[in-house]
Amino acid sequence: MKKVEYRKEDAGASFTQEGNVLVISLKEDLDHHNAMYIRERADRMLEREAIRHVVFDFTGVDFMDSSGIGVIMGRYKQVIFSGGKAAVCGIGAAVDRIFKLSGIYKIIEKYDTAGDAVQALGGRR
Amino acid sequence: MEDFMNMDCEKRLLLEFDSKSENEGFARMMTSAFIAGMDPTLEELADVKTAVSEAVTNAIIHGYRDRTGTVTIRAAIHSRELFVEISDTGVGIEDVCQAMVPLYTTRPDMERSGMGFSFMEAFMDELEVHSGVGEGTRVRMKKKISGGK
Repeated sequence: MKKVEYRKEDAGASFTQEGNVLVISLKEDLDHHNAMYIRERADRMLEREAIRHVVFDFTGVDFMDSSGIGVIMGRYKQVIFSGGKAAVCGIGAAVDRIFKLSGIYKIIEKYDTAGDAVQALGGRR
Repeated sequence: MEDFMNMDCEKRLLLEFDSKSENEGFARMMTSAFIAGMDPTLEELADVKTAVSEAVTNAIIHGYRDRTGTVTIRAAIHSRELFVEISDTGVGIEDVCQAMVPLYTTRPDMERSGMGFSFMEAFMDELEVHSGVGEGTRVRMKKKISGGK
């Protein structure tokens, strides 16, 4: 497991690579403000590392608006080209409602924990 | 929608802040605090926070785009109803109907999902958008807060 250091402005999320799965563990509300940093950070890792799948772990985060849909869809579009998948986990009631309303569950799978997601996607944990 | 500015309300809020993205969380927090006395359910609280977040984000990224301006939130409580208005004096929206079409966005480069107005409509009872090119945009929303009893 590779832990990546992040700067203060990236405090909205931490990024871990497990096998070929990038796990983005959200630490704060996923709004437009945090989405900008997460997008930038995730894309840097997707460019440099051998990553195939992306998991967004919402454990401990109970707010997301449409900016979150944008950032997840954006990463989904990137990994799908190389046969990868995007998944979410640790979803509370409020975030679940946003996902349901957006219709994102048609293309993105939901798991209980990051471990479940990583295992299902074929990474290691 | 009733003009809550001229109504006899129990409680009012006036908030002005810079159109900086770090203020999005602040706007949600202040709105949550304002309605806390209505004893909203977790779902009602989440609905209001999402709707306010969408409108404030719109003001920041569309209204003021590349400059910093002032975003104003006015809110009022009348019996069990919450009225909230988010306004900016930015560029305005040329075609409000088109802007409200689900998935329509003028900023695909920013990975905007085009769901902002859809979420405001879904999570609040009423939504009104007034906008003029070069004049800014005013979003008014209303929601009944039943509360957790």
